[in-house]
Amino acid sequence: MTDLSHIRNFSIVAHIDHGKSTLADRLIQSTNTVAERDMKEQLLDAMDIERERGITIKANTVRIDYEALDGQTYVLNLIDTPGHVDFAYEVSRSMRAVEGSLLVVDSTQGVEAQTLANVYQAIDADHEIVPILNKIDLPASDCDRVAEQIEDVIGIDASGAIRVSAKTGVGIRETLEAIVAHLPPPKGDRDAPLKAMLVDSWYDSYLGVVVLVRIMDGVLRKGDQIRMMGTGARYGVDRIGVFRPPMTTVDELGPGEIGFLTASIKQVRDTRVGDTITHEKKGTETPLPGFKPSQPVVFCGLFPVDSSEFEDLRTAIEKLALNDASFSYEMETSAALGFGFRCGFLGLLHLEVIRDRIEREYDIDLITTAPSVVYHLYMKDGTMTELHNPADMPDLTYVDHVEEPRIKATILVPDEFLGDVLKLCQDRRGIQLDLTYAGQRAMVVYDLPLNEVVFDFYDRLKSVTKGYASFDYQLVGYREDNLVKMQVLVNDEPVDALSMMVHRDRAEARGRAMCEKLKDLIPRHMFKIPIQAAIGGKVIARETLSALRKDVTAKCYGGDATRKRKLLDKQKAGKKKMRQFGKVDIPQEAFISALKMDS
Amino acid sequence: MAEDWQEAGFGLYVHWPFCQAKCPYCDFNSHVVANVDQSRWADAFEREIARYAAETDGRVLRSIFFGGGTPSLMQPETVARVLNAARAAWPFANDCEITLEANPTSVEAARFGGYADAGINRISMGIQALNDDDLRRLGRLHDVADAMAAFDVARTLFDRVSFDLIYARQEQTLLGWKDELRRALDMAVDHLSLYQLTIEEGTAFGDRYAAGRLRGLPDEDRAADMWDVTQEVTSEAGFAAYEVSNHARPGAESRHNLLYWKSGDYVGIGPGAHGRLTLDGARWATETPLAPGAWIEKIETTGSGEALRETIDHADRLAEFLLMGLRVTDGIDEIRLSRLGGDVLFNNISKLVSLDLLERRDGHIRATPQGRAVLNSILREILSD
Repeated sequence: MTDLSHIRNFSIVAHIDHGKSTLADRLIQSTNTVAERDMKEQLLDAMDIERERGITIKANTVRIDYEALDGQTYVLNLIDTPGHVDFAYEVSRSMRAVEGSLLVVDSTQGVEAQTLANVYQAIDADHEIVPILNKIDLPASDCDRVAEQIEDVIGIDASGAIRVSAKTGVGIRETLEAIVAHLPPPKGDRDAPLKAMLVDSWYDSYLGVVVLVRIMDGVLRKGDQIRMMGTGARYGVDRIGVFRPPMTTVDELGPGEIGFLTASIKQVRDTRVGDTITHEKKGTETPLPGFKPSQPVVFCGLFPVDSSEFEDLRTAIEKLALNDASFSYEMETSAALGFGFRCGFLGLLHLEVIRDRIEREYDIDLITTAPSVVYHLYMKDGTMTELHNPADMPDLTYVDHVEEPRIKATILVPDEFLGDVLKLCQDRRGIQLDLTYAGQRAMVVYDLPLNEVVFDFYDRLKSVTKGYASFDYQLVGYREDNLVKMQVLVNDEPVDALSMMVHRDRAEARGRAMCEKLKDLIPRHMFKIPIQAAIGGKVIARETLSALRKDVTAKCYGGDATRKRKLLDKQKAGKKKMRQFGKVDIPQEAFISALKMDS
Repeated sequence: MAEDWQEAGFGLYVHWPFCQAKCPYCDFNSHVVANVDQSRWADAFEREIARYAAETDGRVLRSIFFGGGTPSLMQPETVARVLNAARAAWPFANDCEITLEANPTSVEAARFGGYADAGINRISMGIQALNDDDLRRLGRLHDVADAMAAFDVARTLFDRVSFDLIYARQEQTLLGWKDELRRALDMAVDHLSLYQLTIEEGTAFGDRYAAGRLRGLPDEDRAADMWDVTQEVTSEAGFAAYEVSNHARPGAESRHNLLYWKSGDYVGIGPGAHGRLTLDGARWATETPLAPGAWIEKIETTGSGEALRETIDHADRLAEFLLMGLRVTDGIDEIRLSRLGGDVLFNNISKLVSLDLLERRDGHIRATPQGRAVLNSILREILSD
């Protein structure tokens, strides 16, 4: 139990690659929280995928004991938050559990779109903010310019910004001192009834569901009977503790402290992030405001390449869902792909992370169908239904109009690439809302349809700006537009996995691009294959994949029989990696690649 | 009941693994060695023949084939010793075909007389191209004039002379090939092998191709055009294909190679040689070590050159029967296919018949002309579950 005045709770706000995880590593290391031999890069990123992609997906927490220059020992609780737009929701709730933020900006790059998005969340949460200019060891570092930019663009005082090289360790001590000196201690009343915020929860194979809590008032002890005010569920607390970063049990958690509890909770779905935890008896009457639950915005079908692996896929998805309440799924049957799941994700990165984990951790080859956003269909009978899968689009005679989700996208880009960015946004049906300059960088704000962004917008943006643009978005609502379902027919058979909603004016171009792509992606067969895009019964684009003309081994004599037979076996196994649609084999990568637009 | 191999007969393959230089496209088992003790090699071949003779008593030998490597580097005495050992081991069919592969150089042509005396009655010459630039690019040691001279020597000594050409070469044009092919047909006696250049892994061409440094190769469509022209021009000249890459006047087909394609039995001796033998009702595959030294030492120390002998199960037998048999223009015998358990494939076969890639006629299943060009795809389709 630590006195409130000796606690500081904070998060780190940064754009991807600006050095947030490295800074966290250094803070942990310099306070000897982790023994030198246990130190590894990006300590808080637990999943392989997090380390590989250099991103943080789940919020992570560490408790650091720091002996400050004033001779006192402080408890610093860091909640490391995801930097990617898909996980913005995790950021916002983590922010509610702490009182301050370190704003890390790469001094060679300057403020980026995610810096903005996240720092505004910190400001919304009434945080004290300590600006940090990182990577000062690099020759391209320009602290004065970046400090000025922080003041111009974000509007906070950056004159006292700490100059840090998380890589070399310069400025780490100063950062720790600033946390103690500038961030406010938490408030709370030890004697009041227990009021704790459920910040996050995840599944641990040994402990069951682990709940991350921030105590606002009162004291939580092992063995306490608790009640979740939102769900009404009651539990006996088995274990409480803190992260150093390994889980370390403690006897009690007092006001201002951040830690975990376990209580024989079966699944993550039984916990509601933002819920208020109190004692079953003599509990508080007034819950915390809580959070809105996160909603999946991108849906796609996941099917096993080998249909006999459906049950394995079900197990994999169920296990992943245990730990990720933002990921939704339901069974789906497709005429062409058989049994699979329609899954909902927070964004495309979230989709890719889940897909990679299924393929890698569960060793199941997947076909991923065209990602789709959620459309609102207003029917002639006055009802509204949500459309998660273009294949389910009802006959147009029943539909009055269709609305699609729109986003407000903020893009920061060096001047020289501005023209390309504007063109990209126009091509994607964007409406310009704002265009301002901060030094050599332009900040453009666009209203864009989400369906034009989910697929490859970010890839295209990076490509047209040579990686210099940054991008962030938030959903702003729904708007009606002339949207139709485009079907793709391969050898005269509709392939529902390639169905998509498109804007009517863009359908021909999209259909042509898709047919051309598929013509390259589908290998030649022994017969010619028409590839068509159609709206309703009307064909809007067509390509013909000509028949295979030459595929024969030139030399085959007595000594070749064994080798050629084995080769044939191998090729037959390769054929299993493809999915048959009627008489046509389509390679699994075609489903995603066909959707990528080149312009 | 007669065993299946008897439909095609029994032959002997002798592998001579040495070459003067390794050709950049060749993935056959060949080695460049300065001095070869040929009498030691003849001893080894004799021991192998005697060993197999004991297992195949009473069979009639229909053909012998000396392949390589470069068998025209063998001394005529070495060839004679092998043939004498074979004569002692098995009765020869009256029309036993005895082929030797030869490089078309003057040095080698000087040995042709000796080969004829030893009993060789058919020569297959690796001419490969009828223009000097392409011969150099293919890494050949001869030029067109050498090839013509050697070919003339062979014609005076042997009734049956065949030669090989490689086409779909770098920068080769359709017209250029057509012209070259016509000249080849003018020269040809009664048999010609025409191979599309195939880039094989583990060859110099394979490495260059992987590194992007083998330019001017035809794409699928241009290769297909060349194939079509080849079929057309050879048919007009009376040299229609009797197998994917082999053309002959009727009756002049290579009996030895037909024995492979029609799933006969054959003994394979020499480094890297494969064999197929039906013994006690089971079909066996035999293999020998690839390295010449390993093979010969194995024989000298253990009395056998075999590195592997294993039975081929029903599924693999069926696959081999199809992949070899459909190469032949005549196709495969439906009764043999049924006996090998191929009835389960008739559904797939019917689909391919409806695509006009296979045809069923006179109790045979054969690839149509367009089917033969995509035989590998056909095989995958026939054998798919």
